[in-house]
Amino acid sequence: MAALCEGFTLCGLGPSGGGVGLGAGVLALEPGPDSDHVLLTDRGRTATLFKVSDQKPLGCWSVKHGQIITCPVVCNFETHEYIAVHDDKVLRIWKDEDVNLDKVFKATLSADVYRIHSLPHGEPLVLFKGGGVRTLDVLLEAPQQEIENFISDEVIKWSEALLEGQEPILIFATEKDGNFFIYVQKFKLNMLHKYKLEQQELSNPLSFTAYIKNQIITLLCLYSNGSVYKVLIPLQRHSEEEEQILSKSLLLKLLVSGSVLKGTSFVVLDKDHVAVLGSLTAFGEESKECLTIWNTKFQTLQTSKELPLGTSGQLWCYGEKFFFTHGKVLTVIIYKCETSSLAAAVGKLKDSQTSDVSSFINWNTLSDEELVVSLQSQQSVALKSESKMTLRSRRNSVAKAQPDTLTVGQLLLDIKDSSSAAIEDELKQLLSKAQMPDFQATIGCVITALVNRCKRDPVFYPRNFLVQLIGKRELSYSLCPDLMAVALEKKDVHLLQICLQRFPDIPEEITYTCLKVFLSISDDYLERTDVNLDSVICYIDIESNNKEVKTEIVENGFNNELEEDHCDTAFAKETHLKNDGEFCPVGPQKAALLNAVLHSAYSETFLLPHLKDLPAQQAVLFLRYLHYLYVKSSEKITTTLPGVLSPTINQIMDWMCLILDAHFTVMVMLPEAKGLLSSLHKFVRAQVRFYSELNKIEGSLQELQRLKRQKETQTYSIEVLELI
Amino acid sequence: MGEFEVHRVRFFSYVPAGVRCLAYHRRADRLALARTDGAVEVYNFAANYFQEKAIPGHEARSVEALCWAAGDRLFGAGLGGHVSEYDLERLRVKRSADGFGGPIWSMAANAGGTQLAIGCEDGSVKLFRVVPDGVQFERSLERQQGRILCLSWHPSETHIAAGSLDLLHVFDVSSGRTVQRIMVNYHVQKLKKRECVVWSIGFLSSGTVVSSDSFGRVQFWDWERGTLLESHTVSNSAVLSLAVSEKEDSIVVGTSAGATYQFQLLPVKMGSQDKHWVRTKPFQHHTHDVRAVAHSPTALISGGLDAQLVIRPLMEKMQKKGYEAALRKFTFPHRRLVSCARKARLLLFQFSQHLELWRLGSTNETGKDGEVLPVCRVPEHLVQLKSKGPEHIYCSCVSPCGSWIAYSTASRFHLYRVQYEGDSISIKKVTNVPKLLLPAYQLQCSADSSSLFVASDRGSVHMLQLLEPGGCKHLHTLRPPSGTLEAVYLLASSADGNWLAAASGDWEIHIYNLKRFKHHCTVPTYSCAVTALAIHPVTNNLVIAYSDQQLFEFGIPEKQYTAWSRTVQNCGLHKAWLERDSPITHIAFNPKKPSHILLHDVYMFCVLDKSLPLPDDSASLMNQSTLKQLPETARKRQLHAFKICKKFQPLLFADLLDENCLVMVERPLMDIKTQLPPPIQQKKFGT
Repeated sequence: MAALCEGFTLCGLGPSGGGVGLGAGVLALEPGPDSDHVLLTDRGRTATLFKVSDQKPLGCWSVKHGQIITCPVVCNFETHEYIAVHDDKVLRIWKDEDVNLDKVFKATLSADVYRIHSLPHGEPLVLFKGGGVRTLDVLLEAPQQEIENFISDEVIKWSEALLEGQEPILIFATEKDGNFFIYVQKFKLNMLHKYKLEQQELSNPLSFTAYIKNQIITLLCLYSNGSVYKVLIPLQRHSEEEEQILSKSLLLKLLVSGSVLKGTSFVVLDKDHVAVLGSLTAFGEESKECLTIWNTKFQTLQTSKELPLGTSGQLWCYGEKFFFTHGKVLTVIIYKCETSSLAAAVGKLKDSQTSDVSSFINWNTLSDEELVVSLQSQQSVALKSESKMTLRSRRNSVAKAQPDTLTVGQLLLDIKDSSSAAIEDELKQLLSKAQMPDFQATIGCVITALVNRCKRDPVFYPRNFLVQLIGKRELSYSLCPDLMAVALEKKDVHLLQICLQRFPDIPEEITYTCLKVFLSISDDYLERTDVNLDSVICYIDIESNNKEVKTEIVENGFNNELEEDHCDTAFAKETHLKNDGEFCPVGPQKAALLNAVLHSAYSETFLLPHLKDLPAQQAVLFLRYLHYLYVKSSEKITTTLPGVLSPTINQIMDWMCLILDAHFTVMVMLPEAKGLLSSLHKFVRAQVRFYSELNKIEGSLQELQRLKRQKETQTYSIEVLELI
Repeated sequence: MGEFEVHRVRFFSYVPAGVRCLAYHRRADRLALARTDGAVEVYNFAANYFQEKAIPGHEARSVEALCWAAGDRLFGAGLGGHVSEYDLERLRVKRSADGFGGPIWSMAANAGGTQLAIGCEDGSVKLFRVVPDGVQFERSLERQQGRILCLSWHPSETHIAAGSLDLLHVFDVSSGRTVQRIMVNYHVQKLKKRECVVWSIGFLSSGTVVSSDSFGRVQFWDWERGTLLESHTVSNSAVLSLAVSEKEDSIVVGTSAGATYQFQLLPVKMGSQDKHWVRTKPFQHHTHDVRAVAHSPTALISGGLDAQLVIRPLMEKMQKKGYEAALRKFTFPHRRLVSCARKARLLLFQFSQHLELWRLGSTNETGKDGEVLPVCRVPEHLVQLKSKGPEHIYCSCVSPCGSWIAYSTASRFHLYRVQYEGDSISIKKVTNVPKLLLPAYQLQCSADSSSLFVASDRGSVHMLQLLEPGGCKHLHTLRPPSGTLEAVYLLASSADGNWLAAASGDWEIHIYNLKRFKHHCTVPTYSCAVTALAIHPVTNNLVIAYSDQQLFEFGIPEKQYTAWSRTVQNCGLHKAWLERDSPITHIAFNPKKPSHILLHDVYMFCVLDKSLPLPDDSASLMNQSTLKQLPETARKRQLHAFKICKKFQPLLFADLLDENCLVMVERPLMDIKTQLPPPIQQKKFGT
């Protein structure tokens, strides 16, 4: 939940009362050299550095009369220098010690500067009004260098610098005749991409903000109709089209009990929260300005604060503090914003790490989509579905349908016959799109279409994409029933592994088939495949080939060497496994795959008949591996295996019982199983004895604890009591 | 007002005995209760549920059943094999008669209260007639196999239903023959067959017999046909007790899992004549076996082995939701079990069969409110006095100087002289104590430890002179001029040794002049039970607390209520004060601050400052925490007479040791729980 604390005044802004500036307002507020410092630039000649917690200025610099600061003063975090531009072209750089701006470093540039962006690690970036960008050091080498002009008559409305890894990225928005364009400048590659923002009827973007995550820039736009839209811009761009149109999706409608909050500026607080400063006009009342925090996940207003004295409409946020003008002062409000979930709100927050449950699927839409897929051979139907989808998107996002944006229907048709490279490109675009309301169902359709294509066309197999889709999205088996069958056919063990880990509803038959395939594939083959070893890497000794040590090791007081002597002729390849439970009987890749099987959900009744079909040799191998896991997990007091997604002791025991149940007669008859069974039996017996001893101790320990507790509650004390 | 150094004592390891049986007397609105140690108590519901009579237990006298019969006479029967009548005036067994059938498991009185039926170990049901001087054996009904665990009369007095192992019997009273035998576990599968104990039984006027058994069932039988009408399984454990309301439209049962359930006879459909018994309300007020239940017209009453008596008013029987409808729980006796030697800083704890004398610890530091001070001398267990014989202790006291200890059982009175020489302690029994009419119901030493007052029956108080080095002499016996049958149960003597106040069971308070051994006056009768008495050391005003939570101050020399007391009656006490549900059990004074009265009940300690205005209902009675937050100057306006502290709970005793030193004896319920046997293991969801 989010909360706003009581605000305090940082400084007055009026011409009187000791404030800064001449009442012309604040140009911008930028972070200062310290986390607690801010740099205030007013719309006149002055820049002031404040220490926020002390509510007092640390320094103040002014340009001469007649001059005017045109670009907010920023701090170069590397050198602790301040950079300002006055009269559009004159660059000034100074340090804390400098008093008179007339005497500090000065460079006159050849073009008008729009803004300077300073990033925590790296050179400041200078954005010119013509769209050209230079780093400060490049610019200072030759201040009079020619600056190109990309945007002839577009006007820059907003700009922001972002960091992807170490690479600075500058994004800015321009406007021309009511059209908005987004430019993304990447420095490493020196590439400038231009996008056109999808138009919105009767409404214009008022304010922008952007952040970057996983190579995707998320641009949020606040529109004059009181809505916040989300636009995703992938950093990798394949097609070099001239002007790509960015589709936007509705993130949040700023509705407060029926009336629209007319936002003027906003900031992103975390992945679920945005703060909006704006005015609220309730029906028949005067509009009042307020600062609000919204949860975008639940579309709720979390908290708000009325600002009766009015604001300038600007809002800044640095280090969990909001800064805005309120009346004639600059006010600071500290906020608290915790990540929230609906479950937390109703008190049922599960550890998000372990919750692996798929979100709900709208089955109605799904059936629609499947219908589309099955009938897509008829062009007309496909077109109909396309229009239907656009209709839906219009309904959902109030967006004007753009004929040239890619629709799902189109994609489904493309999957049918386009080249795999082209399909992949389109799929990437689809993935980068904003989250659609029925995204899951859509992805299900896409996968079904892909699988159908795979079935028809043996060469076609977009493996990476499938892995990416399943790995990222919360899908289920029922959403793409044929996928695992195809993967089994192609022996794509990695995909199967992911499916087993992700899908909550795999039929037992498929689980069994996976198990059989995993057990039958040779370790040599697996070594060349790409399998996620996370679940085994922590406990399997991959270098377990040195056989010298093994004879010395005695397991829990007994040595099963003697019984073992005659029983593993069949496993010539795994001779080093003589001591079951000591070395892993399978390679790490195979172990990881088997772990995925152990991890999947099943029902005993349905699994057991299939398990009976498992060839005896494979059953013994699997049991050997389970025995190994059992011994391994019993080593630690917590009886858990280290690592992520590693099998739990219960899973191991359940599967062991299942295998023994399914193959009981075979195991009894099979000579090579004899040693394994007897060692397993001995281990289990030792454990049972051990635990029964522990049980005895438990009683005594409990008694001790009880005694201790009794002692803790004092039977006598002398206390002071005051009665008034 | 002031800071106190509070000695917070939790080492009084008192464990109340479990409740064994209950008998509710509709007309007198009283409840008789017997505990597993044989003690019998009577609660007066009209006097705000005050425990007005308590007859201490007896090792050899277990009570398995209690009955009110022949008006207000209380009868008990137990495994000793005797039917006893209790003398509720002199608080002892009046007389008993042998049942001639071995241990008695059950007893029931007929509707007219003229006959008692007992169920014996040998399988016989015997009828006794209630005669003016006790009970008289009348006849035996046809003898059965197996002990008779429960009995119930048909309201018409023609038949008796009895429960035994696996069986129900119905007897015809006039012929004495068994007219019906019903196997209760006929329906249980052969494999599961265990013995089924019919723990409790009820006979309705419609001819329906209700039984509760060890299989957790409550069953309704048609006795004439011997058929099962309805069966409700309420618990996995046994249903131990059952009680039917007078109107026969509601039944309460108690299980060994600590739960009680109400059954109600409700129409199947709205307005339909066809009615069924429906299990309606479950309650879980107990942690252990609910051995006894009773049904008053407005409440379900249950008593458990966890020693709690729970009175759960039924909302639908209440006129309005409020104080009357609140749940009552009683765990501790409404009497004083602790006495304090203020000067010697000793505490005497009274257990059922022994006494413990403790010396309090001390500290030499001071601190602020809420601080726990370091203890420089730990408390010391000085003496344990074991009472010989099977009788339990009625009362005890230690003199203010700590050198005399007295206690009384039903037939014996003991006085000890304790001598302290440095760290060693010697105790000597005073041998030739005067022969008194026993038991003593209350013992009280005078402030100068020179005399001992012994409360006795017929309203009399004996005054003994304590003589050094270890002897005593009967000085005088004080008797009320009017004469009464009731015993004195509360005493208060004045600090100057001039006055003695004594309250007897008929709620009369007599004041005697000790200088002239003469009756001084009688406090005007108030229609409620007296719960505590004390005489102010400076003003000689008698402060009286009644069970309806009223407080009176009576000026002894002036023989009239004081002006303050009249003001209190005019203004009325605060609503929150009147709605407390446990009585004031002890009153003390601070000699340095004459306007202060110290009072306590189980849940609070209160200093009543008479110099301050009384709170009106709009003010908060418990305002200490608010006051603590206010600045000194702002407190003035908020102050009122009641300064209440609820920090110490449950409070068995509180007293003032000296000017700013208090002792509080607490008995945390958790400590009692740990002393009880583990309850039946219950599976909780998800474990």
